[in-house]
Amino acid sequence: MMKHAALKTDIPMLDFEKPLAELQKAIDKLKSHALDKGEDFGEQLKNLQLQYEQNCQAIYAGLTPIQTVQIARHPHRPLFCDYVSLLCSDFVELHGDRCFGDDRGLVGGFATIGNLKVMLIGHNKGKNVTENIERNFGQAKPEGYRKALRLMHLAEKYDMPIITLIDTQGAYPGLDAEERGQAEAIARNLTEMAHIKTPIICTVTGEGGSGGALGIGVGDIICMLQYSVYSVISPEGCASILWRDASFAPKAAEALKLTAPSLLQMGVIDEIIPEPAGGAHHDYRKTIDAVRDAIIKHATKLSKLPVTKLIDKRFEKFSKIGKFQQ
Amino acid sequence: MGWFSKTDTIKKIVKNDIWIRCESCKAHVFKQDWKNNLNVCPQCNFHGTINAYERIGLIIDAGTFKEINQSITPSDPLDFVDAKGAYREKIIETREKLKLNESVVTGTGKICDIPVSLAVMDFRFFGGSLGSGTGEKILLAANYAYEHRIPFIIFSASGGARMQEGTLSLMQMAKTCAAIARLNDRKVPYISVLTHPTTGGVSASFAMVGDLNIAEPQALIGFAGRRVIEQTIKQKLPDNFQKAEFLLEHGFIDAIINRKDMKKALANILSYYIVK
Ligand SMILES: [Zn+2]
Repeated sequence: MMKHAALKTDIPMLDFEKPLAELQKAIDKLKSHALDKGEDFGEQLKNLQLQYEQNCQAIYAGLTPIQTVQIARHPHRPLFCDYVSLLCSDFVELHGDRCFGDDRGLVGGFATIGNLKVMLIGHNKGKNVTENIERNFGQAKPEGYRKALRLMHLAEKYDMPIITLIDTQGAYPGLDAEERGQAEAIARNLTEMAHIKTPIICTVTGEGGSGGALGIGVGDIICMLQYSVYSVISPEGCASILWRDASFAPKAAEALKLTAPSLLQMGVIDEIIPEPAGGAHHDYRKTIDAVRDAIIKHATKLSKLPVTKLIDKRFEKFSKIGKFQQ
Repeated sequence: MGWFSKTDTIKKIVKNDIWIRCESCKAHVFKQDWKNNLNVCPQCNFHGTINAYERIGLIIDAGTFKEINQSITPSDPLDFVDAKGAYREKIIETREKLKLNESVVTGTGKICDIPVSLAVMDFRFFGGSLGSGTGEKILLAANYAYEHRIPFIIFSASGGARMQEGTLSLMQMAKTCAAIARLNDRKVPYISVLTHPTTGGVSASFAMVGDLNIAEPQALIGFAGRRVIEQTIKQKLPDNFQKAEFLLEHGFIDAIINRKDMKKALANILSYYIVK
C-alpha cells in the first residue's frame, strides 16, 4: 500500500499548488532523463528540489482560509484508519450502541498508544466511494454518537483516557437520523462528556463540522492539526444563507475564522499540532508522530489530576468560552 | 378573476396589519383574536412564537420575576461582515428595535409559589440564535439554580447556532450542556420546554436533555433543516416531520402541553421534586 509513504507525484494537486505541480514535473523529467542518459544532473536536481521546498513553504505560509478548508478535506489526508495503523500498536474495535445498530461513520475501541491504554474514538471517513457510502462519508448517525458514549462510559469504568479524532463535515442529515433523535444523541454526549470521570483529549484532524464534530469534541484538551478547520457551519452553507450564493464560500470561510490559529487566539482550542510543509497528506508518519506526542504529553499530565479537580477544570474551561459585552 | 381580486384584498389587509396568516393551516386570523388567544391559532391550535416577557407573564406569578444579567449583549468577536453588512451594525439595530439585549431573558421567580430559575428564549432576536451572550446567560441562570438548589426551566425558541459568532457559538452548546451536567450531579431538576421552532444547535444541546422535555403543539423541533434532508435523501418528507407530535411518537418528548395550561402543568410536575 502506498498510503503510508505517499510519493508527492501520487497526490492530486490543489489549485493553489499549481507552481509545485510544475516543479514536480520538471524534477521527474530530469530524473528520467538522467536515468535514460546515464548522466548525473545532481546539481540541477538539487536546485529544483530546493526551489520546490521554498515554494512549498511560501505557499503554505500564506494559505487563505478557504485553501486551508481544501487541505482539511484533501482526499489523501490521513483518515481514522491511518491513525489506527500509525498511531496505535494495538486496536480492538468495539461495535454497536446496544440499542439500534453499529454506525460505520463513527467508530472506536481499545487502543495502545505508546505505553498508554486508551479508548480511541473517531469519525471514519472512507478511502473510496464504496467505503464512503457504507460510512456516510464520516457523517455519524444517532447510533454512532450513542456507541461513542457507551465506549466513553466503558473508558470511565476502566480508568483509561479517552482520545477522540474529529473529522466530519457534520452529523448525518437524514430522515432516519431525525427519527432516532440526532439532536438528542449529540446533546446527550455534550452533557455526559462534561462530567465523565476520566481525561478526554480531542484532536481535530481534518474537518470539524459543527454539532457532528462537537458530539465527540468535549474534552479537557482540544487540539487541532495545523491545517484542519473547525466551524459552526460549512463555508458553503454559510455563504448560501448569508450571501444567498454558495460560491461566496471563500468569503464565508474568511468571516467564520475557522482555522487553527484563529481558534487558538479565541480560546476555543488549546494547542496546534504542526503539520509538515505541504500538509499532512505529504507525510503521514511525521504528522501522526506529532499527534502521538501531543496525546501522550497531555494524557500523562491529566492523569496526575484528582478526578474532582479534572471535572471542575473541564467545567471552568467551557464556562469561559465565548465573547460578549456587559 | 374573482379569486385573484380576493387574494389581492387579503394581501392588502395582511399588509395593513389587521390579519395574521397561520404558518401551519394558512388561515387568516384577526390579529386581535390571535393575540387574545396567546398567539395560538384558533383554527388549528398551532402555537406561534411569543416574546420572552409575554411568556414570563404567562408562567411566573405576578410580581415575582427578577431579571438577572440583563446587560449581557453580543460583542461581534469575529468582526463578522456578510452580504447584508456588519454584524456589529445589526446588533445595534436589533437592540434598539426590540429593546432586548440578547436572544434569551433569564431570571428568578415563582411558579404557583415554587421558586425557580428561568431562561426564556426570544425568537425575534437573531432568530433566537445561540450567541456567546446567550450561552453565558443560560450558564449563569443554571448556576443560580445549582447554588440555590431550585428547579431550572428553559423555554427554547431558536433556529440554532449564531453563524456570525462562528465556532464560539458552537461552543455554547458544550458550555450550556456542562451547566446542565452539574445540575444532574446535584440532583437539581431541569425542565426543558421546546417551543416553535427549536432546531439545529439548540435542539442538539440543552433543549433536548431535560429531565422532562415538554413541547407546545405543532412546534418544529429537529436537528437538520428540512431542505437539507430532502436534498440528501432525495425524497419528500412526511407532513408531520419534525413536529412536536412526531417527536412524541418517536420517544423524544414526555408531553405536549397547550400554552394556556403550561403554568399549571409545570407547577404540578415540580410538586414531584422534594426539596431535601
Ligand atoms: Zn392554524
